[in-house]
Parts: sequence; structure tokens; C-alpha cells
Amino acid sequence: MLAFIIRRILQSAGVLLAVTLIAFLMFRFVGDPINQMVGIDTPQAEIAQIRESLGLNDPVIVQFGRFVWNAMHFQFGISYQFRQPVTQLLAQRMPATLELAFTAAGFALVVGVLMGVYSALRRDSILARVFEAVSLVGVSLPTFLIGILLIYLFAVILGWLPSNGRGEVVRIGSWWTTGFLTSSGLRSLVLPAITLGLFQMTLIMRLVRSEMLEVLRTDYIKFARARGLTARAINFGHALKNTLIPVITIAGLQLGSIIAFAIITETVFNWPGMGILFLKAVQNVDIPIMAAYLVMIGLIFVVINLVVDLLYGLVDPRLRLTMRR
Amino acid sequence: MSEMAGASKSATGSGAFTRFRQSDIFVSFRSSPLAMTAAVIVLAMFIGAAFATVIAPYNPFDPAQVFLSDASLPPRWQDGGDPRFFLGTDDQGRDMFSAILYGLQVSLLVGGLGVALAALIGITLGLIAGYVGGRTDALIMRIADVQLTFPAILIALLIDGVVHATFKGATREASAIPVLVVSIGLSFWVQYARTIRSSTFVEKGKDYVSAARLVGLPAPVIMWRHVLPNVLGPVLIILTINLGLAVITEATLSFLGVGLPPTEPSLGTLIAIGNQYLFSGEWWIVAFPGATLAILVLSVNLLGDWLRDALNPKLR
Repeated sequence: MLAFIIRRILQSAGVLLAVTLIAFLMFRFVGDPINQMVGIDTPQAEIAQIRESLGLNDPVIVQFGRFVWNAMHFQFGISYQFRQPVTQLLAQRMPATLELAFTAAGFALVVGVLMGVYSALRRDSILARVFEAVSLVGVSLPTFLIGILLIYLFAVILGWLPSNGRGEVVRIGSWWTTGFLTSSGLRSLVLPAITLGLFQMTLIMRLVRSEMLEVLRTDYIKFARARGLTARAINFGHALKNTLIPVITIAGLQLGSIIAFAIITETVFNWPGMGILFLKAVQNVDIPIMAAYLVMIGLIFVVINLVVDLLYGLVDPRLRLTMRR
Repeated sequence: MSEMAGASKSATGSGAFTRFRQSDIFVSFRSSPLAMTAAVIVLAMFIGAAFATVIAPYNPFDPAQVFLSDASLPPRWQDGGDPRFFLGTDDQGRDMFSAILYGLQVSLLVGGLGVALAALIGITLGLIAGYVGGRTDALIMRIADVQLTFPAILIALLIDGVVHATFKGATREASAIPVLVVSIGLSFWVQYARTIRSSTFVEKGKDYVSAARLVGLPAPVIMWRHVLPNVLGPVLIILTINLGLAVITEATLSFLGVGLPPTEPSLGTLIAIGNQYLFSGEWWIVAFPGATLAILVLSVNLLGDWLRDALNPKLR
């Protein structure tokens, strides 16, 4: 087990290093970092001096080392567009994205599991068929189209919910802002969270349904029935419990994609998060922000993958055996 | 699927056609009304896109045919609709129906080429990884692992950003389609590579490969001429499902403003334009391109689902 954990951590570190290398190559070689900092009329001598002071004349490997060192201290330089430290820009926008992502994930998990369990237990009911149709549509509709549809229905026609921004936010601590504590903040959260979570919801629903159907066929469920346990105890005590391991794995892994897919949702709803910042950076070739976002997303993905893998080993004893080998 | 039916008929005569008609897959196709409907819709959209210049009543990108006085007309059946424009017009007076056909053409072109590129890269790397094995295999699969941890849309965004940063803004409009195709190709290759690699692994140990080796055929010939046809089956399913994903990716990138420029609209660009008029009540500018995209992807996914079930005997 320990060997497995160590190997897994080393692998994760390798992946992260690869991502950092890509970010560094982008930072260093895509567009000259100097060009963005100086005016057209800056004398050559001054440019050479800046180049020297930034260490751009050092061997590339030294520069990469310095980049990794800075990345470990969350320093990614100054944004070309905003003339502010990238870290500060990302920190300002991080709460918005994380609150949206976790709300969406929670929504997807709760509703997805409920729908999945229902459609597995009542396979032939009309509602189960409706759920199946919804899931097919949810997989086929692009995120941004779902967002537009929801805005049109609930903001334009019905006028129930806001379609733009985060509403009123409350500051907690030195830099965290939350929309959870005001009614306008909560109302603003509804549509974006549904938009972002819908795809994952259908994914979880399909997964729960197929896993449940599989488990309900097994011998121990038949045995539980033969023992005369109530349907409720069988379905929720035995069947659902055993389907939840893969569900939690997938849900965990999907959290990373939710944060990445937030780029689209944030654009549709003009949500002031990191995704919009990244998109603006891509459009305006703001390499420091792109590099920082890449490293950060890489870190999030790698950590989530690692945690899920390790948890999986803890939860499922069969996997521990294969790991020991 | 119906194109394949036509192709095999003309290629090898009626014997092959009868065989095809009696094959499991065709029977399963005929007994699934959902799959047939989806196939008809996809086929109709492909034809509509391919012959957009002939079918469309107007060329929405010819300034001589577009008049601002026709701007923002609702669909024909609504009050104020103009009989000339069945689905209404957009903010610049372009016929929505024609614009959708032209947009569909661009979307399917980019999606199709992107998927083809992804399959080419994935199949090549998968074959090499599976056949050569060892360090090469480990390297290719490690890259695949790293890439698989990131969603395709993020990779496509990054590639798009890097390419445009390298080649600067002036070429943005001209290079939009190739950049999108490359972004999609590089984001979707992993699945092909993994599938092909694992089945190549199995095929490698079979007698016909050993025989080919004994005869002295070079490795690339064995890979492409002998192993490849035997491992290509599952690729068809991935291709179908990926086409839907690729069209979505293209539309999303265009919607986000990093894909195709408004002068060369795809479905995504049309939706992005229409989105600006949502609040002023001109719903048709976004609704019709949106519905076209949704129906296209839904039909492709239905076909992919059906194909997966039909080719997988375990599920029968």
C-alpha cells in the first residue's frame, strides 16, 4: 500500500512537472515577454537591461528552474492586460468560480443519484423514460446552449431569476467573497449552477442507473430478498451503498472538468470568475495568465485524481490486493 | 449507414448487397425506428450542408443580396413576417434559413476534418504503441494519460490561444478553420490511441502477424495492411460519437469568440450573434441555429448509441 501511494504521488508530481513545462514553454517562447512590457520607443540598451534583469539570458534550464520555483510560490508575473500581479487577479476571481463549481457539483450529485435510483427501481414507469430522454438531451446539448435556453425561459420570459453576474456579495476574511449569504447572491447562483451541473447530472444518473441494475441482479440482493428484508432496506441499505463507490469516483474526477467547463458558463452568465479571466487572456494573448491558469488547473486535476485513486484503494479492499502486487 | 449501403452495392454487385441486407447490423437498423430517424436527419443535414449554395435561397454573405431594410424580420408565420424569409432574418437582414445552411456546412466541415485528424493521429500512435511496445509504448501512453486528465475543450482553447499568439492577429480570419481542426484533432486523439493499442496488443500475438513477419514484411506494412483492418471495428463507434463532440467543441469555441470569425459563421457563431438579441425579443436569431445544432448532435449521438449496441453482441 505504501509503495503504491509513493508511486502514485511520484506519478502525479511527474504529470504536474510536465504541465508546468508546457506552461513555461508557452510563457518563454510564445510571444516575447519583453515586447509586451516596453513601448515602441524604448532604447535598445534599456531593453537589453530589462532582458538581463529578468534573467532571460540565462540558460533555458535555469529559467525553467526559476519558473518552477516561482510557480511553487504562486508567482506568475504581471498580466499584460491589467498590469497587475496574476496571482492577485486569480485570487480575486477564485471564490466566484469555486462557489459556482461546488454548487453545480452538489446539484449534479444529489439530483443525479435520485434520478438514477428512481429510474433503476421503476424501470418501466413513465417518469423513468422521461429521465432517460432528459439525460440524452443533457448529453447532446452544448453547455452554452443550455445556458441560453435557461436565460430565455427564466430570465426573459418569466423574469424569475437574474441572468447576469453574482448579485450582492459579502466579504469574508481578507479576500474571499461569497454570494451564499444574500438573497440576490443565491438567486443569481441558480441558473449558472444548473447550466454547469446538467451534463454531470446526466452522467451520474446514467451511471447510478446502470450500476444499480447490475447490483440488483447479484446473489446477495436475491439472498436479502429471500431473508424477507424490506424493499427499502434492500434498495438503499444494500444496493445503493454498493453503487456509490464508482459514483463518488466519477463525481470526484468530474469536479475538475466542472471547474474547467465553468469557462463557458461564466461567459454565458457574465459570472466574474477565473474562467472569464482565462478566456480574455486567450483572446488577448495574455501569456502570464494563461500559464498560471494552466498550472493551477493542472494542480487541481492532479490532486483530485490522486485523492480519488487513494480513496478508492481505501474503500475497495479488492483493489488493495492488486496494488500490493 | 445508408451511404455505406450504397457504396457496397455499387462496388461489389448485388451479391454483397443481399448479404448486407441480411446482416445482423442491417436487421437491427431496420428494427430500430429511432436509429432510422436519426440516420435520416443526419443524412438530410449532410446533404443540406454539402449543397448549401444550391439549396439556400440567398447567399447570406454576398453584400449584394443582403439589405439592412430587411433586418430582424420574424419568421414567416408570425405577425410582421415576410414571405421571402421562412425563418426570418438576423440583425443585418440575412435570411436565417440560408445562414443556417452555410453555418452547418462550416460546422460539419470543421467537425468532420477535426475528427478525421484525431482518428489519424490516434490510430497511428495506437498502432505504433501496441505493435512496437516497450519504451515507445510507455511514452505514448504517458502522454495520453496526461492529456486525458484535461477536458478536450480546455486543450482546444489552449492550442487555439498558443497558435494565435505565435502567428499574431493578422492571420486570424484566414487561419481560423485550420486552427480549429488542429485543436479538435489534438484534443480527441487519445481515445482512438487507447482502443487501437489494446486490440493491437492482442492481434500482435496471432499467427498471421508471425507469418507476415517470417515472410519478411517490414513492420509498417504489417501494421497498416494486416493489423489495422482487424482492429478498426470499435473506431467506427468512437468516430460517430466524436463527431457530435467535435461539432459541439467547434460551436463552443466559436461561441466563446476564439473560433470562427463572424465573417465566416458556423452554427456556434450564429448562436453567439443571436444571443445578443435574446433580451430584445428577437428569439428566432438564436433559436433556429441552436435547434439545428441540438438536433444534429442528438441524432449523431443516437446513431452512435445504436451502433455501439448493435456491434456489441454482449448486450443483445
